[in-house]
Amino acid sequence: MTAPPPPVPPLSRRALLGAGAGLALAGLAPGGTWAEAGPRRGGRIRVAGIASSTADTLDPAKGGLSTDYTRHYMAYGGLTEYGPGLVPMPALAEALDTSDQTLWRLALRRGVRFHDGTPFGAADVVYSLLRHKDPATASKVRPLAEQFAEVRATGPHEVMVRLAGPNADLPAILAQSHFLVVKDGTKDFSAGIGTGPYRIKSFRPGVGTTVVRNDEYWKPGKPYLDEIELIAIPDEVSRVNALLSGDVQLVMAVNPRSVGRIKASPGHAVLETRSSLYTNLIMRQDGLLPTGNPDFVLAMKHLLDRDLIRRALFRNYATVANDHPIPPWHPYFRDDLPQRAFDPEKARFHLRRAGLEGLRLPIYASPAAEGSVDMASVLQEHAAQVGLRLAVNRMPSDGYWSSHWMKHPLTFGNTNPRPTADLVFSLFYKSDAPWNESAWKDERFDRLLVEARGEADPARRKELYGEMQGLVHAGCGVGIPVFITLIDGHDRRLGGLRPVALGGFMGYAFAEHVWWGA
Amino acid sequence: MAGTADMAAGTGGAATALRLVLKRLGAGLVTMLLVSAVVFTVSSLLPGDAAQETLGQSATPEAVAALRQQYGLDRPAPERYLRWLGGLAAGDPGRSLVANMPVAEVIAGRLPNSLLLAGLTAAVSVPLALLVGILSAMRQDSRLDRGLNIATLAMVALPEFLVATLAVLAFSVELRLLPSIAMVKAGAGWGETLRSLAMPVMTLSVVVVAQMARMTRAAVIAQLGQPYVEMARLKGLGPARVVFAHVLPNAVGPIVNAMALSLSYLLGGAIIVETIFNYPGLASLMVNAVASRDMPLLQACAMVFCGAYLLLVLAADVVAILANPRIRQG
Repeated sequence: MTAPPPPVPPLSRRALLGAGAGLALAGLAPGGTWAEAGPRRGGRIRVAGIASSTADTLDPAKGGLSTDYTRHYMAYGGLTEYGPGLVPMPALAEALDTSDQTLWRLALRRGVRFHDGTPFGAADVVYSLLRHKDPATASKVRPLAEQFAEVRATGPHEVMVRLAGPNADLPAILAQSHFLVVKDGTKDFSAGIGTGPYRIKSFRPGVGTTVVRNDEYWKPGKPYLDEIELIAIPDEVSRVNALLSGDVQLVMAVNPRSVGRIKASPGHAVLETRSSLYTNLIMRQDGLLPTGNPDFVLAMKHLLDRDLIRRALFRNYATVANDHPIPPWHPYFRDDLPQRAFDPEKARFHLRRAGLEGLRLPIYASPAAEGSVDMASVLQEHAAQVGLRLAVNRMPSDGYWSSHWMKHPLTFGNTNPRPTADLVFSLFYKSDAPWNESAWKDERFDRLLVEARGEADPARRKELYGEMQGLVHAGCGVGIPVFITLIDGHDRRLGGLRPVALGGFMGYAFAEHVWWGA
Repeated sequence: MAGTADMAAGTGGAATALRLVLKRLGAGLVTMLLVSAVVFTVSSLLPGDAAQETLGQSATPEAVAALRQQYGLDRPAPERYLRWLGGLAAGDPGRSLVANMPVAEVIAGRLPNSLLLAGLTAAVSVPLALLVGILSAMRQDSRLDRGLNIATLAMVALPEFLVATLAVLAFSVELRLLPSIAMVKAGAGWGETLRSLAMPVMTLSVVVVAQMARMTRAAVIAQLGQPYVEMARLKGLGPARVVFAHVLPNAVGPIVNAMALSLSYLLGGAIIVETIFNYPGLASLMVNAVASRDMPLLQACAMVFCGAYLLLVLAADVVAILANPRIRQG
């Protein structure tokens, strides 16, 4: 088995591994009875996510909510998967080889079968990748799939992928839940036929999903559980109550305020996942808006009281950010960039230089962007002290993304963790990206982005991504105060949990890794 | 005496009731048509449509256009409405845009749950409310009455989410007696179903018992001051006989009306209880439909709630006519 080229420098990968292990230990330390016991087979658990509706789907391309991703990782297998530190590891593709980052040869695992007995092969991969390009699929990752210039079976277990341009991150991209492999020709996904660790026993949109162990799963010994029932409890208090009363064994998205209750219960613990999730202030750069003035942008960035936001809004379950989307534990994080601090004097200076003192501006926040309403209030207070009058408009979650996000001079956005630096930069910062939230344009940044994407040498990539962090930090109309830590709550008898920086529930893929130690 | 008058008027009462039922059913259809038009118009004023909500943050113009075409949202609004109406007239409420399933199937998965919850709550709360209301009317201004008054007022004032959350903390988290989430399972026995529904039923009962009991008390007291009650008392009838044989038939109109209103609330207004106990009922389905702008599903839910409401009010009126000798003859 040939491993894929490591896309990150080995040194930082080790460092990250160490950090991850440390976190996991910290999570277990206060009395982990199951920590010593190894994996064991059997058991049945119930798990509660945060949202479930009639829009629930078993089509990986359409997955829109955390509950969807979790369900998809249960039923389907991917070509690659995320190892520690988000390093892509081979899965259904045993090897991904390339010499120029454009033409990729995927050698597929043999002897794998779908839940209905059909053997897995090249045709399934071709179908699974190309369907994202069809608008009728309504794939959430269609913009990403556009780079698949050609996907062709070159043998029953070999696929050739030719990209529109070089991209060293292909293995990491393919590990996302949307690119999980479905059976060739599938149009109706209600049965959830995949190669994943669990088979769908029942699936009722908006109600719940029950899966049972796939005894033919290709990883020896895995998965461990007999059955998992996945439901969603939207109300956070009810979700934590369900955990504490023993009705569910694992819950996602615990509010920092509830952590104390969970820790007080002898049978329960929390799993902290430091992620690159952030809620950001967006200052539109297009048109003749005052928010497009570089001095205004700097003034606002200096008005963000990051320590206060981390402490008061997130009860320290957050990490201070530096106005760019790469978190400190990322292998490509640039550590020589000075941390921007809360500085009303500098803010006043920039505001005066922009000639915008006494300006009155509406700012739009919504519970849809986690923490933004409180951030807006804090910002309003501090802005008033330097002569900027912000009027906070609190919008309902419903319809916020379609009607307000990026549509006013000052709004808030919320960006989920992405597996690679390239993805977050391409989706949210490239000049012509549809979600270039502040309409920031920087030619140098765009050039660096393309160069870094095609670069195979990790050291050179780190350099390129470092410069891009500097550009975003200095000029982009986006203020990022903190990265939000994700908190899951679980029964102590549930073993095998560790943080995966992509999201709660071990990056939504907990199902094949955990065991029940009761 | 009252008995013979009842029998003589029996046929006249049935005819009156039948005429009323037919008239009301006709008016009901018109009402539902109007309601559907209003729901359609108002919901199309909401920001975003099903295509945008489905794609959420990842709604690029091309993706939205493709999905709109797939959902048929590229057609003009009046055409979509008429098409839906035509389908409904033919007995087909259409397909849910978001779930990609026939609406009838989606509703069929949830309606029995809502009916079960409403039915159980009614079975608990109606007798309880009658008992509390009548008792407190008969002992008007006594200590018992005042105690019951305070209790029912407090129950009306307590928000459901508080009752539900406190119940969960007490019975699930601390005592571990009842499940904190109400799961309905196919093939679960009655015992298990009742256990998992105990807290939702209790929470809903707290709200509706109080309302119904207060209406019952008021209606009975209003009758107790009438001359015919005094007459009955002077004849030497006991208080129970007076209330059940003479007062109740006259008070039944407002009482069943209050009950119809409370019970219709159980179907559509159980949203908070459904949310807290994670119970898959119709109310949360409708909220889903609004949030995802799933018009056919939203309309179907609105029609079910509207129809149930009209039927309950109609049933209340029929009961009132059949029970009350004076209206019966009119």
